[in-house]
Amino acid sequence: MTKKLFAEKFMKAVFLICACVSIIAVAIICFFMFVRGIPAMREIGFVEFLFGEKWRPTAQIPKFGILPMIMGSIYVTAGAIIIGVPIGLLTAIFLAKFCPKKLYKLLMPPINLMAGIPSIIYGFFGMVVLVPLTRTLFGGDGNSILTASLLLGIMILPTIVGLSESALKAVPESYYEGAVALGATHERAVATVIFPAAKSGIMAAVILGIGRAIGETMAVIMVAGNQPRMPKGILKGVRTLTSNIVTEMGYAEGLHYEALIATAVVLFVFILILNVLFSIVSNKAAPISFKRKKVKKEEA
Amino acid sequence: MKSSWKTFKAHPMSLVFFILVCAGVILTVGILFLVVAFVLIRGVPYLTPDLFALEYTSENCSMLPAIVSTIEMVGISLLVAVPLGVFCAIYLVEYAGKGNKLVKLIRVTTETLSGIPSIVYGLFGMLLFVRALGWGYSLLAGSFTVAIMILPLIIRSTEEALKAVDDSYREGSFGLGAGKLRTVFVIVLPSAMNGILAGIILAIGRVIGETAALMYTAGTVAAYPKSVFDSSRTLSLHMYSLSREGMHMNEAAATGVVLLIVVFLLNSFASFVAKKLKSKT
Repeated sequence: MTKKLFAEKFMKAVFLICACVSIIAVAIICFFMFVRGIPAMREIGFVEFLFGEKWRPTAQIPKFGILPMIMGSIYVTAGAIIIGVPIGLLTAIFLAKFCPKKLYKLLMPPINLMAGIPSIIYGFFGMVVLVPLTRTLFGGDGNSILTASLLLGIMILPTIVGLSESALKAVPESYYEGAVALGATHERAVATVIFPAAKSGIMAAVILGIGRAIGETMAVIMVAGNQPRMPKGILKGVRTLTSNIVTEMGYAEGLHYEALIATAVVLFVFILILNVLFSIVSNKAAPISFKRKKVKKEEA
Repeated sequence: MKSSWKTFKAHPMSLVFFILVCAGVILTVGILFLVVAFVLIRGVPYLTPDLFALEYTSENCSMLPAIVSTIEMVGISLLVAVPLGVFCAIYLVEYAGKGNKLVKLIRVTTETLSGIPSIVYGLFGMLLFVRALGWGYSLLAGSFTVAIMILPLIIRSTEEALKAVDDSYREGSFGLGAGKLRTVFVIVLPSAMNGILAGIILAIGRVIGETAALMYTAGTVAAYPKSVFDSSRTLSLHMYSLSREGMHMNEAAATGVVLLIVVFLLNSFASFVAKKLKSKT
């Protein structure tokens, strides 16, 4: 009996320790990034680092300003949102409220597959199809903000579709019934009643999409051109925070190396802010699904 | 539920909305088919036996070493992440009381982990495993890095699978005199197996598709890894390196085909397993 009790206690402790691994992981990641990144920022100067417009890490008098990369990330992400969100939302609306069941079964597997395709394949697609396409359609050399936005817009589609579809489905049926009873057409009920009711869930989907776009590395590096200068137009090349790290990590040394870690810290902080926003928004979305559960129970 | 043409005539805006929605879904599916079809058309003709030659040379660009090291990496990272993730989920679902502060913290950190971009993981892996622990560019460093990456995925899917197990199972087991530990391992875990497996399969897909986190942890050597401390590139990194060199676009496309097929198989397998789970409950 005591042996059994010991086993119970022991395994409980093991489970507890394993449960803490994600806490430990986040703590270690923060520790390593900040301990190496913050001193570098201090050495360069916080303002100089964050708002400097020149990135010349290997020059005689090196300059470490990452404003071009911050702007690059913001531009590219904004472009991805402009392209990806409308298409994604319309798709989600179709899947949630217009799709016949048989078609749904046919459409879901490909959309799930889309989320699973490695970013390197998207990058390859962008490099060989989208780059020449924008080159012939709009001029320039094709490696541009526009191409990167297009590609990222495609890549965030499954995220947007999946999350906003479940948000739309979580809206209680009574909302729809009420609207239709008042004389609205199916389309009008969906567009003016259900869609607004799923607002928080959709916002959460968009925020997650932003997170994916801002953190994407390999696909962006293959189509964005990677010139470390202030973005001059959507047909010009640009470098993002992520691609700055990847392109130079291979040979960076000394302060340059630390500056790249500091770049990752900035990226990390961006993501943390998005995470906080996400949890605020999705907490707001929770009551709706709760209501739905209640309704379901009453039906039963 | 569907509007007829008559209603559309009376409400033209509804028609516009309907058309927009249809256009959206056609565009999404169309883009997906474009990506898949393009990679297939571009890559399949170059899928020669040479690409699967036993040894890599700069002429044949064999992907066999890359395939081997991908499998090894998947194995090691699962070996690390699955026990940790499953045990974590067991604690969260079976042991932790409601409103536990620790549980809240675990949730927040798990969510944070799943949001961190892969390049940040790569940098972290380089700082900790490659440099601080002195493993160098190696399979082991890469595996540990991606293990942390897939941890939240495994925790979440296991948690959901465990939650889906009906409480009557647990009560029955307790009623027959089994202890908590025994109940968990003999009753709850087997019933949740399909859900856990589906999560693990998706995690495998993530490991196979990962590039940015591995570039500076596992390195890009194209030969077979002789031990876990050797650098070796996975299939995705292989494809990236080939397409960056510019000389081997055809071989890169062919590698893309193999990657795509693997991901497709894994995805269908995961949804098959998940479906089995649904029909059971």
